[in-house]
Amino acid sequence: MSESTAAEPLLDVRDLRVAFRTRSGTVDAVDGISFTVGRGEVLGIVGESGSGKSVSMLSVLGLIDNPNCVVEGEVIFQGEDLLKLDDKELRRIRGKEIAMVFQDPMTALTPVYTAGWHISEQIRAHEKVSKKAAHARAIQLLDAVGIPNATDRVNSYPHEFSGGMRQRVVIAMALSCNPSLLIADEPTTALDVTIQAQILELLRDLQSEFGSSIVLITHDMGVVSQMSDRVLVMYGGRLAEAGPRRALMRDPLHPYTWGLMGSIPPTDGTRVERLAAIPGAPINPSDPDRDRCLFSSRCSFASDACRPQPGLVEHVHGHVDACVLPYDQRPALRLEALTTVTTESGASA
Amino acid sequence: MTAATTPSPLDGTATPAPLLLEARGVVKHFPIRTSNGKKIVQAVDGVSLQVRAGETLGLVGESGCGKSTLGRCLVRLIDVTEGQVIFDGTDITSMSRRELRSRRTGFQMIFQDPYASLNPRRRALATVEEPMRTHGMGTDQEIRDRAMHLLEIVGFDPSYADRYPHEFSGGQRQRLGIARALAVTPRLLIADEPVSALDVSIQAQVLNLLADLQRDQALTYVFIAHDLAVVHHIADRIGVMYLGELVEVGDSSPVYNHPAHPYTEALLSSIPVIDDEVEKRDRIVLQGDLPSPIDKPPGCAFAPRCPYTQAICVSDKPVLQMLGDGREVACHFPLAAAATTTTVAT
Amino acid sequence: MWRFAGKRALAALLVLFAISVLVFLIFFATPGVDPAARIAGRNASQETLAQVRQSFGLDQPIWVQYGVMMRHLFIDRDLTSFVNRGAEVIPQVQQAIPVTLSLVIGAAVIWVILALVMGVLATAYRGTAIDPIIVVLGVIGVSLPVYWLGEVVNLVTQSRLHDSIFAWVPSLGYVSLSEGFGPWALHLLFPWLTLAVLYAGIYARVLRSEMVGAMNEDYIRMARAKGIGEWRVLLRHALRTSLIVVVSLFGLDFGALIGGAALLTEVVFGLQGIGKLTYDSLQNFDLPVILACVLYAAFFVVLANFIVDLLYAWLDPRVRHV
Repeated sequence: MSESTAAEPLLDVRDLRVAFRTRSGTVDAVDGISFTVGRGEVLGIVGESGSGKSVSMLSVLGLIDNPNCVVEGEVIFQGEDLLKLDDKELRRIRGKEIAMVFQDPMTALTPVYTAGWHISEQIRAHEKVSKKAAHARAIQLLDAVGIPNATDRVNSYPHEFSGGMRQRVVIAMALSCNPSLLIADEPTTALDVTIQAQILELLRDLQSEFGSSIVLITHDMGVVSQMSDRVLVMYGGRLAEAGPRRALMRDPLHPYTWGLMGSIPPTDGTRVERLAAIPGAPINPSDPDRDRCLFSSRCSFASDACRPQPGLVEHVHGHVDACVLPYDQRPALRLEALTTVTTESGASA
Repeated sequence: MTAATTPSPLDGTATPAPLLLEARGVVKHFPIRTSNGKKIVQAVDGVSLQVRAGETLGLVGESGCGKSTLGRCLVRLIDVTEGQVIFDGTDITSMSRRELRSRRTGFQMIFQDPYASLNPRRRALATVEEPMRTHGMGTDQEIRDRAMHLLEIVGFDPSYADRYPHEFSGGQRQRLGIARALAVTPRLLIADEPVSALDVSIQAQVLNLLADLQRDQALTYVFIAHDLAVVHHIADRIGVMYLGELVEVGDSSPVYNHPAHPYTEALLSSIPVIDDEVEKRDRIVLQGDLPSPIDKPPGCAFAPRCPYTQAICVSDKPVLQMLGDGREVACHFPLAAAATTTTVAT
Repeated sequence: MWRFAGKRALAALLVLFAISVLVFLIFFATPGVDPAARIAGRNASQETLAQVRQSFGLDQPIWVQYGVMMRHLFIDRDLTSFVNRGAEVIPQVQQAIPVTLSLVIGAAVIWVILALVMGVLATAYRGTAIDPIIVVLGVIGVSLPVYWLGEVVNLVTQSRLHDSIFAWVPSLGYVSLSEGFGPWALHLLFPWLTLAVLYAGIYARVLRSEMVGAMNEDYIRMARAKGIGEWRVLLRHALRTSLIVVVSLFGLDFGALIGGAALLTEVVFGLQGIGKLTYDSLQNFDLPVILACVLYAAFFVVLANFIVDLLYAWLDPRVRHV
């Protein structure tokens, strides 16, 4: 997981674990993941429901408001372990050094305050500026994210913006204090496709202009491949595969990644008779049988070797995965997985 | 995805399959009251389309394009404001509820939200039995047997028959909805965003199931979605909708690979592509928001955002015209690439 | 916003008109009931009856009767109570109004502050012991019937401990504000507290439940992600959005109380407010007074609803366009 350059990573997550104590036992939402985010890098985290992708980043900022949640591990950011900071110290980081953008723009802003008020609030929470100065900066920011008539719109309420515009407001707010890291949790999932394209383009432009790093959480492989420098694939709270974007997309190593990519209808204009669907359903986080590769119950190549959980192995520089299948056979196995079209429709899902 | 019994319309030697569903000039307006007085939401603004037996017609578009409303109009869940809906040769547009009732077994709908469309207090088996009971399709035992069979077809173990919706996952609920829709042996299924709410791997399973069912039960689909790649995968023909109008209709692959309408082109180009080295399209990022179906601009509905707008586009509304090879476009300046399409690339 | 206010004002006026007609019809058009006999009271002489008929125009068509009644009430303001031997109704009502207003407004201020404090604290410390304690306190407040609590308070302050701790408590009754703030407030102190205890309990629970719900919303998580302190999140984000529901409830309760629902408190503490007036007039079946009180009450409830609508729109910008 080390950076290809010698520079110290901006964010260094080591063996992060997030567990929830429930009446029926402990649910391991995030089960020991480690990764880094470099300066100016875009890291894409892909996964389906129950993969733990959102929970892991929420725990980085201490935003999980559940007293039954236990977070362990280390999250080193600019020399400090964020998990060891108390709420007051974390507040210094939230919104200023690390900012977040959430999925649903419709519910992200308190409806009774204007866009300008929201942005000003964030600015004034971290910097000593007057209301007037903060307001002026809010207008500049709205303009920078492409909202027309920013001077008028700064006094509009959230419900007066469309979904795409509201997400821009949220992005403007997130960038208001020039964070070094932006965490975007499914920022375009709730938006139409053409609007999604606009927002992704905006994020790319802002990133190159401000030089911030981005952690982009999504379930959409296409979004990840368009935006990321590096990709993490998560399953059942664990890392299945991680590596540079091009290598991972071209030659994915883990059977789950093959399954994810085979499940998507090809975007290049070809048509297939059947999609290479993964049988079964994404793992239930409360399933107690965790001493194995969590994907093995759905994997066509599962064997006894899948117990206990295989560790992450780096076969190619910077590209790791957690699978015991022989590395040199992977391309052939992948082809096999794609062409073996199941005749049942995957009944247990 | 084409059923074996329906020859491809591009194959000039075979006769096309009979028309199963036809919409002629369907208009649906919703009057609303805003702070600026009474307005009309022109949800569907004059759509004509044809669906042949055994094929899958995909309807794509973004929010506000009217595809869901149109879907509901086609099964008469909503009554149209103007226009006609003709199912299997019979005009069902203004039929009374009673007359319509017996015909309803011919067409059914699958909904987007698998949880909201199932009665939470009814077990799986009962959910599938209900439509059959409503239409009196046999004795209790016959109905029960058929319901069990349907659950099996969509991939459920018999033990699932007694479960409540909340005990199923999203994908399973969607399968239940499909089983229910199939209970009355319909010929046409209108699927309104059936996989949008599902995880990617489950989405693939449900899409495969729908394909298998179409083949085994000789079904015709109208598949409504906002995901063009999914629609391209499952549909034989694609109709692109924008602000209540059909702007382009044609065979799936030609539309996907050589769009004729600028909106289709923009829609296609905004699909994030997995392998960027095989990037075949120019990225067209549209400016501005999706307009509202309340205050539609005169002339072409897409003109305000179109990269190729000219004066005539703002003043004259383009109508759907044949471009050849079964392709229709509503545009004054259809894209040149489309005109040179030849055979479908599979 | 002005169009909104205008539309609501018009609606309020229409409602008031409709209420006046309805009330009038109930009293004057119920079949089998002779309004003259009702107005004149029990054991009225024939001359009184004739006088009543003449002054209220009871031999005229019904809408004329309505007009006459409204004229008596609002224009001439010379409506007299026959049961009470010619006492004028309007002045009675006018004298009772400040009493009720003083009682209710004072109690409202106290209960709102109490409810805010209790609700916010219960939310801030939810999950700890403080939360259920506050909720239980609220439930106790709600459960104590106001007439019982009032009598107990009186027992303690006026009689048992009157010579020791509560010597400063004045005797029951109302003292006008014109005689000084001190005496006025002192006379009203215990009535205020008694009435407030009930409502503080209700409102604290409603506020807490709204706020705890709000704390689970996405915008709260977003606010925290901005790096704002937890108290600011609680007060500026959660409380502000929760107020909307509370304000609607408050308006309705407040309107009803001013209209006479504070009856029990007034009776127990000997305050001659509208509630007591209505109560007395019902006991005597003094029709003109009843009529005046009912209309007065209706007016205040409608007015309260109107103000609540405006407040709601001010608090929640999403409503303004409707």
